[in-house]
Amino acid sequence: MIEIRWHGRGGQGAVTASQVTAEAAIIEGKYAQAFPEFGAERRGAPVKAYTRIDEKPIYIRSPIVEPDIVVILDPSLLVSEPVLDGLKKNGWVIINSKKPVDEIRKTLGRSDVKIARVDADTIALQILKVPIVNTAMLGVLVKATQIVSLDSIIDAVSRRFSERIAKLNIEVVKKAYEEAEVSG
Amino acid sequence: MAKSSRYVPPPSTGWRKLPIGAVIPWPGNSEEYKTGSWRTLRPVIDQERCIRCAICWMYCPDAAIIELKQEYTTKAGRKYDKTYVVNYDYCKGCGICANECPVKAIKMEPEVK
Amino acid sequence: MVKRTSLSSNYAVAYAVKMADVDVIAAYPITPQTHIVEKLSEFIANGELDAEMIHVESEHSAMSATIGASAAGARVFTATASQGLELMHEILHIASGMRLPIVMAVASRALSPPINIWSDYSDIMNARDTGWIIYIVSSAQEAFDTIIQAYKLAENKEVLLPVMVAFDGFVLSHTFEAVDLPEEEEVRRFIPKQVTWYTLDPENPMTLGPLGPPEWYYEFKYQQVVALNKALEIAKQVDDEYGKVFGRKYGLVEPYRLDDAEIAIVAYGALASTAKAAVDEARKNGVKVGLLRLRLFRPSPVEEIAKYLENVKAVGVMDRAISFGAPYGGPVFADIMEALYMKGVDTLLSSFILGIGGRPMYLHDVLTVINKVKEIAESGRRTIETYYIGVRE
Ligand code: SF4
Ligand code: SF4
Repeated sequence: MIEIRWHGRGGQGAVTASQVTAEAAIIEGKYAQAFPEFGAERRGAPVKAYTRIDEKPIYIRSPIVEPDIVVILDPSLLVSEPVLDGLKKNGWVIINSKKPVDEIRKTLGRSDVKIARVDADTIALQILKVPIVNTAMLGVLVKATQIVSLDSIIDAVSRRFSERIAKLNIEVVKKAYEEAEVSG
Repeated sequence: MAKSSRYVPPPSTGWRKLPIGAVIPWPGNSEEYKTGSWRTLRPVIDQERCIRCAICWMYCPDAAIIELKQEYTTKAGRKYDKTYVVNYDYCKGCGICANECPVKAIKMEPEVK
Repeated sequence: MVKRTSLSSNYAVAYAVKMADVDVIAAYPITPQTHIVEKLSEFIANGELDAEMIHVESEHSAMSATIGASAAGARVFTATASQGLELMHEILHIASGMRLPIVMAVASRALSPPINIWSDYSDIMNARDTGWIIYIVSSAQEAFDTIIQAYKLAENKEVLLPVMVAFDGFVLSHTFEAVDLPEEEEVRRFIPKQVTWYTLDPENPMTLGPLGPPEWYYEFKYQQVVALNKALEIAKQVDDEYGKVFGRKYGLVEPYRLDDAEIAIVAYGALASTAKAAVDEARKNGVKVGLLRLRLFRPSPVEEIAKYLENVKAVGVMDRAISFGAPYGGPVFADIMEALYMKGVDTLLSSFILGIGGRPMYLHDVLTVINKVKEIAESGRRTIETYYIGVRE
């Protein structure tokens, strides 16, 4: 089973990204689960969301405490939130950042994790004209981890959004996929 | 349950025979329930005084005042084309009609003299 | 053709209601149920569902309007949670007493105070004696399937009772997972619209909801007793038929690895799902434990409970609600104890409370329960303690 924890701020689309990832896995015939950290949602406030993917039915329904992957939609959360809590050894940090991976690694203070990053803000602003970075993060996530294929993510994005919005977001996913810096 | 209208199940009826949910599928069977037996005082309409205003007919909570298409001429020669009478099968004797009558044409008289 | 999609339990319910082709929906928004009614409004707005949506000013009115519409012969639906279910309480009795086949979804949530929008089953437990049929489901797929089954059961001529389908607020209501949606046509063939109950009709007038004085009232209540008992049998039939047509059936209770189990735990809702993972984990460590998941809460499937728990040395019942001042334990614990005692099953019972007010229920919480039950089995001694798992000292 692969467990992903998403960290973002209200309005960045972390919850949607968790659901799109689950949907992509379901499209591939896998089992998946996506749920937000439950509570009142407020724009700007830190939010968490979770995705589980497995080849077998998933019974466990509690929040993820030892993720294989954390996806960080907002670099400022690195200082304000315990985003790396419980992240497994050799796990992935997928982060929206303008800084190169080496510098990120220094900030994280963990040498036992893999890192992938992209400047999601710039991509989102360029294509969507709004700072909603979730779909850019999906591009990096699949490039780095291959938990689902790029095609499945694109399929899931097109199911999730209306035609016009989906088209733009698919462009975002692809661009982030190309531009992602991955350090295994 | 296709009983004729106004059927009332006998008091001995068991749960199997009663329609579920306490539904009463026999329309109008409240007519079988004669509230007239509740009366201790009975309204009596003085047809001479009555001005056919229909106020008692409107106020009666049991629809026990009946409007008849029946002509009436008072001793003074005044002609009416209808007459109000009490249906004693259902009149409960509440006295509302007597209280509301603007010309005091209704008197409440003891049932048992 | 079956379409596999990803839905939350809330949305799964909305799809089921749409496929059931309901005529009238009356509801008041309340977290965590609101998505259901939002989705249904969307279906109505875009023409996928031809139904009347009545926006009411409270849950009391929601149930009242639902009753009115059902009494007029409409197939109806409503949804609520928590305080909403409490406000509805008075009218719940009217729905069942009038024998109207209403279907309601409840995204279970704790009761105030302190204000809490998260999940537990205090709301459902308070609805226990309302005369409703109550299912508690454990996945989005089951939520979908059970709503369809609920209409079939509710409208059965020998039942004619309202049905509640409950699932954990957030933990299920907001969790997206795979759901197989059948063809709408097939669903409609499974639950064709037939008005099987007494309805208001000017052509054929009758009185609904009259006075029931002492010489009549008792018989009508006894009819409800009989109908609820009958519902046990019909619920099984409906589940079997559903299984034949749609390929999924659940039973009234679901046994998990109980065949050779020495001890057992009992759970319902999302916790029963996590409990399966915990049973698997404990078995890896050599603990012969099984799980009985309660799916039908009312009427109580006594025979099944006794059958599956007959041979275990100890049973731990996990409740998601507190029964304040009860002799022992949580509300479902009391049910299980009653069922086993009356069926002559002698086993060491214990009661566990967890997941109150949305407190997360981790695998290790269930493992704690399993260990305790194992200890009790080994000691062979009856316990009179109710275990409040995870409460801080
Ligand atoms: S006494 Fe009361 S019930 Fe009788 S006729 Fe008058 S108003 Fe009606
Ligand atoms: S209220 Fe008096 S006057 Fe009017 S109709 Fe009745 S009895 Fe006659």
